[in-house]
Amino acid sequence: MITEYAVALALCSLAVATWSFVQAARNRPPARPLLIGLAAIEVLLLVQVVISVVLLVGGQRPGSMVTFLAYLVGSLLVLPIGTAWALAERSRSSTVVLGVACVTVPVLILRMSEVWGGAGA
Amino acid sequence: MEQVPDDAKPATASGPGRVLVAVYAIFAVAATSRAAVQIATRFHEAPVPYLLSAFAAVVYLLATLALARAGRAWWSVALVACSFELAGVLVVGTLSVVDPAAFPDAAVWSDYGRGYLFIPLVLPVLGLLWLRRTAPTRAPR
Repeated sequence: MITEYAVALALCSLAVATWSFVQAARNRPPARPLLIGLAAIEVLLLVQVVISVVLLVGGQRPGSMVTFLAYLVGSLLVLPIGTAWALAERSRSSTVVLGVACVTVPVLILRMSEVWGGAGA
Repeated sequence: MEQVPDDAKPATASGPGRVLVAVYAIFAVAATSRAAVQIATRFHEAPVPYLLSAFAAVVYLLATLALARAGRAWWSVALVACSFELAGVLVVGTLSVVDPAAFPDAAVWSDYGRGYLFIPLVLPVLGLLWLRRTAPTRAPR
């Protein structure tokens, strides 16, 4: 993993999370700009997967391959599943759900870096 | 049986309940995968904590499913699951503080869930409060 990229990605996701919580505090259901923000984070996560795969093919090894791959796949699923769950009922609570999904991303990135750095699980 | 009327009590997966289900789902997936890895790779190191993690994972899965579903029966399942969780985090949390040697590796409920920002302690409380709000107290439809 490229640490700088991971940190930037985590910060972007936290920014979109903050945006979600502000919108929820203003009593807004999920709006289009916010959803575009989430889509942008998803694209950044895809790039992160590509970077990781390139490094893995290049011979670098995380502390636990299975755990790392699980986090890698999981990081791509959080936002789509969270968004689907949020949009099934459009209310301010759905906006909070989007924020919760965005907060999960930095946690996953943090765990991924730990595993990449040699942690077993 | 027709759809419930609009003025009925809110379902457990509606409104703030949606956020609750989302957080529960995250914990269910996290606890399940972590327990699976621990049991698959180093079960012999600490069988009891890892089995407890697996048990916690099952309770989270059950709570998530029950909260996401509507109906009186699912409400009861959710109540049992959330109560179990609160009991679990309190008992295991206390045990892990009193006898840290028995819990060498961080499980979800160790130290009252400190490794998880105490969310495992807060979540069942919020769950139980929410279940009280959505309790099916009206006469049977």
